[in-house]
Amino acid sequence: MSSNPESWERFDRRERLIRFFMLFAGLVIIVAAWRAMEVNYGYAITAPVELADLFSRMYPPDVGYSTTITGALLETLNISILGTALAILMAIPVAFLGASNTTPNKATYLFGKFIISFTRSVNVIIWALIFVVVFGPGALAGVLAIAVRSIGFTAKLIAEAIEEIDKGSVEAVTAVGASQLDVLIYGIVPQIKPAFISVTTLRWDINVRASTIIGFVGAGGIGVPLQTEINYFNWEAVLTILIAILGLVLVSEAVSAYLRKKVM
Amino acid sequence: MLEVTELEKTYDTGDRALKSVSFEVSGNEIVAIIGPSGAGKSTLIRSINRLTEPTGGSITLDGKELTDLGQSELRNARRDMGMIFQEFNLVERLTVMENILSGRLGYLSTWDAFRRNFPPEDISRAREILSRVNLDGVENNRADELSGGQRQRVGIARAVIQRPKILLADEPTSALDPETSREVMNLLTDIAHEDDIPVIINIHEVDLAIEHADRIIGLSNGEVVFNGSADKLDEEARDEIYRGGESLEQKQMASSEAETNISDAVVERGD
Repeated sequence: MSSNPESWERFDRRERLIRFFMLFAGLVIIVAAWRAMEVNYGYAITAPVELADLFSRMYPPDVGYSTTITGALLETLNISILGTALAILMAIPVAFLGASNTTPNKATYLFGKFIISFTRSVNVIIWALIFVVVFGPGALAGVLAIAVRSIGFTAKLIAEAIEEIDKGSVEAVTAVGASQLDVLIYGIVPQIKPAFISVTTLRWDINVRASTIIGFVGAGGIGVPLQTEINYFNWEAVLTILIAILGLVLVSEAVSAYLRKKVM
Repeated sequence: MLEVTELEKTYDTGDRALKSVSFEVSGNEIVAIIGPSGAGKSTLIRSINRLTEPTGGSITLDGKELTDLGQSELRNARRDMGMIFQEFNLVERLTVMENILSGRLGYLSTWDAFRRNFPPEDISRAREILSRVNLDGVENNRADELSGGQRQRVGIARAVIQRPKILLADEPTSALDPETSREVMNLLTDIAHEDDIPVIINIHEVDLAIEHADRIIGLSNGEVVFNGSADKLDEEARDEIYRGGESLEQKQMASSEAETNISDAVVERGD
């Protein structure tokens, strides 16, 4: 095939057609989805007025109320810490099963992968609902909901870190006659330590946020008074709670960022 | 004494890397295995401690057959073979001391390994070896803070603390500069004489091999084509190992002929 030396095209005609139809199909899907929502545009038009009204009822925040929510705020923090700790405990074995280079066989690998996707696919609110039914309302249900929801995320990221380790050092520890468990704790664990700490603190940061909303379904924390005050239209108290949540999230983000930077 | 008899390795891909390889190593001799890339040097040395599983033949160390050992017996046998790697293979985030002491893991319970609870005689021996390989004062540095030459000396120390019956070195100098390579080779030779153990070294720098080795084994395409003392490695032997029997001149002539053919072909196509 002879071609003009001065012409060069990244895509040929067939590829261009395919790309055009992909783009077109994408647009069709977006339009169809938008229409299926049946948005009431009337609400959208009055939204700015409603927002201004809501804010005028919220402001100023009820400063005196802040002392009554400190307990709930602490409970939120505790739920996030305990939930994360419990999640890590359960995620470590799952991570070793779900990493292709440490799993004993194909069946255990699939089992590990299943736990990872299963716990991740169910939202924290749904886990909270389930545990509230089983253990009754309160912080315990919240801790368990946070913990179970976090297994998949932490186990997946730790498993990826395990798969990326330097095989040479593992081989060297094997070559001196160490047992498989020795190889694990001496050759593998030091290599995944930074990933482990960074995953843990990142997940804890996410869990602080999750712990603020699970109270809506009765799983303890700051979400419980938040929902109550919304129900009573006690908007000044609601603003106090929102400010408190913002403060908590900012602090947790700063702490987690600091810790992650420290281990690198 | 290490005896390798008719050793075979065929990879799952069907690639026959070792073809009936036989040799013996004993006393405190330094044996260099040389050969072109892909000749099977690494496969051979890794088959000895079964990091690569051989598919046929026999390996005995002090009369004990290694190829049919079960997992726990194999671990015990590996304690007697120190291995040194091309890329050092240290646990980078652990300290020099932890890396050296890891040579004793075969004798330690997992719980003690977890707590880094090594017996006092191992620790004093680690310090002794540390100064023997000229690494005094860095025992608490992390391995990734060291230079290449220093890391390889930690790798050697890790193998020496095993009190092995034999040292296996897989291209120990390939990642190092010429001067450091020579130091590492000197160190390996000293250890062989002081500890009275044989050392098998895969190496592709022929000059270094001749300079340090008592004996040279030439591997070509999975077969032993030379096995003799270093001073017997003449031009003919090198041709056999590296060029399948063709001399360097013949080879150069052949390739220049090939080049001529190509340029002819280009000229023909040009019009």
